[in-house]
Amino acid sequence: MAGRAQPVSPAAGLAAAALVAAVILGPVAAVLWRAEGGRGLGPADWAAIRFSVTQAVLSATLSVALAIPVARALARRGFPGRAVLVTLLGAPFILPVIVAVFGLLAVFGRSGWISDAASLVGLPPLQIYGLHGVVLAHVFFNLPLATRLILQGWRDIPAEHFRLAAQLGFGPRDSTRWLERPMLARLVPGIWAVVFAICLTSFAVALTLGGGPRATTVELAIYQAFLFDFDLGRAALLALIQIALAGSAAALALWLSPGEGSGGGLDRMTRRWDTGGPGLALWDGALIALTALFLLLPLAAIVADGLGGLTRLPPQVWEASLRSVLVALASTALMLVLALPMALAVASGRRLAGDGAGILGLAASPLVIGTGFFILLNPWISPASLALPVTALVNVLMALPFALRILIPAARDTAQGYGRLGLSLDMRPRDWLARVVLPRMRVRLGFAAGLTAALSMGDLGVIALFADAEAATLPLQMYRLMGSYQTEAAAGAALLLLALSLGLFWVFDAVGRRGAEA
Amino acid sequence: MRWGGAVLRLEDLIIDNGGFRVAATLQVPKGARVAVMGPSGAGKSTLLGAVAGFHDTPRGRILWDGGDITALPPGKRPCAILFQDGNLFPHLSIAQNVGLGIDPGLRLNADQRARVTRALARVGLGGLDDRKPAQLSGGQQSRAALARVLVQDKPLLLLDEPFAALGPALKADMLELVAELAAETGATLMMVTHDPADARRIADQVIVVEDGVAHPPTATAALLDHPPEGLRAYLGRD
Repeated sequence: MAGRAQPVSPAAGLAAAALVAAVILGPVAAVLWRAEGGRGLGPADWAAIRFSVTQAVLSATLSVALAIPVARALARRGFPGRAVLVTLLGAPFILPVIVAVFGLLAVFGRSGWISDAASLVGLPPLQIYGLHGVVLAHVFFNLPLATRLILQGWRDIPAEHFRLAAQLGFGPRDSTRWLERPMLARLVPGIWAVVFAICLTSFAVALTLGGGPRATTVELAIYQAFLFDFDLGRAALLALIQIALAGSAAALALWLSPGEGSGGGLDRMTRRWDTGGPGLALWDGALIALTALFLLLPLAAIVADGLGGLTRLPPQVWEASLRSVLVALASTALMLVLALPMALAVASGRRLAGDGAGILGLAASPLVIGTGFFILLNPWISPASLALPVTALVNVLMALPFALRILIPAARDTAQGYGRLGLSLDMRPRDWLARVVLPRMRVRLGFAAGLTAALSMGDLGVIALFADAEAATLPLQMYRLMGSYQTEAAAGAALLLLALSLGLFWVFDAVGRRGAEA
Repeated sequence: MRWGGAVLRLEDLIIDNGGFRVAATLQVPKGARVAVMGPSGAGKSTLLGAVAGFHDTPRGRILWDGGDITALPPGKRPCAILFQDGNLFPHLSIAQNVGLGIDPGLRLNADQRARVTRALARVGLGGLDDRKPAQLSGGQQSRAALARVLVQDKPLLLLDEPFAALGPALKADMLELVAELAAETGATLMMVTHDPADARRIADQVIVVEDGVAHPPTATAALLDHPPEGLRAYLGRD
């Protein structure tokens, strides 16, 4: 009896994948059913499509264009604090969008630090709302992501190639031509497409920094059709457009994707001999310093502004915090229950979840799924009463592609390295899971759980559709405080939300790392 | 036959290893020590993998002691196998790794724990029970894997070049130890090797695998002294 790769059957993973597909495709079917194409697309809808695409193209292009020189500088310069900076580049991923927007407003807003400084020399304040604000926020999130991905490309150039380059007397220009440009040509289109797909379905950034007829994304238009016009048919039609847009973007990203890198070891340096003269060093140093400032200033603003507000938080903020933590924990638990069996099934050679879940997760945006759930639930039960469970579930769907990317390589290593040994020792599924899979995957499981908890904690998406005044999560509560100009309380809530998101990530990640070895 | 009855029979067997096929019709006598030799990629590992239950066998039967084991999962077969790598779980202690050979759930009573300790002492690792594999040298790791084979107490031992990464002297030591252990337990031994000296040292018969066919075992000395053409090319002698 051959064909099994490890002492556990892939059946549970197949069932989990089927469940995920049903939970995504059910709402999508509901959207298809309810979409009213009668009036066709109005000028506002076309404007939303144009704006979505325009801002996504600008955001992706700027993020990647800036990330290339920054990653190159990080790849060839060693300096104290480099490891910290590389870690910091990962932080925006788990930073709640609404918190980052608050920090960006504090630095780049009308009455932000830069406008204040400009007024000293008689310059007008910055205007952050609209297209450039949306693009700024997207670059804030995706420049670090793109930098890390491109830095990975540099790390994956074998150290022997740089040694050979030194032997041949390569300068920086020669290295660019023979080593770096081929790597970039392979990686950059895929990275651009991933950032494009992420920005295309942007909701919270557009909600806070965009808005109005000139700066509305399709995702935001769904929300507005819902909340302001109570027009479910139009919301469904917009959701349909979003599925087509995001689906094409996700397919493009997958098609151009260079595949998964090794992911680890970014904080290590490859020894380099082609680092040029002092001018180049100065240029690299300036790039690195500017990037660090761009990331750190908004975070510093959140802490500086928030400390005062923490003591004056209205009670709703604390209630919303508790709700958010519970939602985050529920999302994390459900993610683990679904993703671990799926990763094990993929490791056993079942090609179900890798690409499929990636496409579904990227193509079905939170508001599309949310709209679908609303349509499905509305005839039977008040959707508001299920706001938190639906939010937790949608958060799981959004985190799943990332979780699978983290878990699958570890599951594959375990099955390939030790599956035969486990089979030949006649280990039962329970023993295999407890004695081998969990100990060997605990670092990755902790990391995936931390990411899911932080993403779920900070999510401002489907909850905005479902929540009534009573059931807000912390990000929604914070958005409401910002909207009603309670700036001090909003600043306190931002700091609290930041601390809770990073704290949840840190706890899960630390539990995963504790006692892990080999 | 001089060896008593055959204990392992491969009847008209076709092995399918992901599209790569090996045919085998042969039998191995009880208690024999058989080297499996042949060019790289000829199917030596595939042959052992099929006996251990890791490959599909679209045709034929594998018999052990007269019983059909073709459909048995790897853990239910009468064999212990050591691979080139991945023979120890790196996150478990040496004693735990050996204990898995007694109970794959690691629920051991005092007697069984004592067996683990004895097995470790037998292979020269007494007192190292609580070490992790990474804290041992390559040779010590091989000894730990052999200690597990010892407590698994299976009548057929398959070695798929587990000592390939060791230096020549250490490899010779390990093979010596394997031969001793096989002699003590009366186990039948099949081992993949590239080195005719290894074959001469501990194998009394050789199975030659080439061009997708595993040939019946023949006596080691006779085969190596007068190798057939294919094997001669592989061994690099005139």
